[in-house]
Amino acid sequence: MYQFNVYRIGPEIKIGEIDISFTNASLFMVISSIAIMIVFNLGSRKNSLIPNKLQLISELSYSFVSKMISDTAGSKAKPYFSFIFSLFMFVLFCNMFGMIPYSFTVTSHIIVTFVLAAFIFIGVTVIGFIKHGFGYLKLFVPSGVPIVLLPLIVVIEIISYLSRPISLSVRLFANMMAGHTMMKVFGGFVVSLGIIGGWLPLSFSVALTGLEILVAFLQAYVFAILTCIYLNDALNLHH
Amino acid sequence: MLKKILFQILLLNSVLIFSVQSAESGGMPQLNPEFWVSQIFWLIVSFGSLFIVLSKIILPKISSNLETRKSQILENIETAEKQRIDSEKKIEEFEKIILESKVKAKNIINKNRQKIIEDINKKKEILEKEINEEIETVEKEINDLKQKAPEKINIIAMETSIDLLKQVIGVEVNKSSVSAIVEDLSKKNKGKYYGV
Repeated sequence: MYQFNVYRIGPEIKIGEIDISFTNASLFMVISSIAIMIVFNLGSRKNSLIPNKLQLISELSYSFVSKMISDTAGSKAKPYFSFIFSLFMFVLFCNMFGMIPYSFTVTSHIIVTFVLAAFIFIGVTVIGFIKHGFGYLKLFVPSGVPIVLLPLIVVIEIISYLSRPISLSVRLFANMMAGHTMMKVFGGFVVSLGIIGGWLPLSFSVALTGLEILVAFLQAYVFAILTCIYLNDALNLHH
Repeated sequence: MLKKILFQILLLNSVLIFSVQSAESGGMPQLNPEFWVSQIFWLIVSFGSLFIVLSKIILPKISSNLETRKSQILENIETAEKQRIDSEKKIEEFEKIILESKVKAKNIINKNRQKIIEDINKKKEILEKEINEEIETVEKEINDLKQKAPEKINIIAMETSIDLLKQVIGVEVNKSSVSAIVEDLSKKNKGKYYGV
């Protein structure tokens, strides 16, 4: 589990009692953010009619996210486009940087994913109450349910709503941690079985690397699309 | 908007700090709360700055790039359509001109042909007239010659017969008697000599 260890880089920074030192986790967060900024800045600097590679990447991801949002949350979600775009890109780049050997996976820490998920949860709830007032509570009362079942349904709905940040954060965290742990385990097998027996776990490890890259993209996508779905609940109250 | 987000972040922070202090450290490094606050802080810093940079600078640029490309493509398509219509019009004009010129050429050919035919006919007529006149004069001459021929023959015959008689017999013969005999003979043998 050494790969998940967080350690301090540089001096200890404290504000009052709180320790906010720069760590390897912070380093990879900053690296991911700066990498995103560099890629998209280079991709949007020149406006040529026929885009070059970086411009193509940035424009494709722009239209990809924009299509995702309009498909799941409708046209009302347009003001939140830049937030969801940066969220998707941040998670994606953190996951992808985590695939580099000896690097650190920011999203394999529950606290990071939980803060993101909780922020989304609170933000969505606030948006819902701003848009619909107390009518937003109708979200917990599905229409067409028999009156006898209603108390039960409402309780279930409230629990499912409140568990959203947990499920959202744990999904990303568990996927990333499990994948990296698996890679570590198979890597350990390769070393312990040596040159004779190590080929099988090595091939597994290679296959897992491909799978993990897929998972890294998929989890970023799932994170973003679930955010869109929650946003859709807040913006277009269907019940 | 930003103010709202900042407020939410602060609220969240205080909630999480409380939970961190009450959490236990487990076997996983993820559950060790030592660096949780630092991670949250740096997450907010990096993600916040990323969000601000993307939303304020980069994403508007990309969207405007996409818009300009779209409009440019639309413009190009429009101009292409215009030019296509223009070229079709020009083709039509060209075909019209060719048709007109063909008709004109035909007219000119027909006119010239008629003129030539008329000319030829006129010249033919004139030629025929001349030929006819010549034929007539020649025929007249021939007729004259035909009519005058017996007299001349008679005279020639008479003179030769006088000369003949003089040479053979040595007698001077009277002209009038000889001519009477010759005329008499020629009248008798007209059919034999001329085939009339």
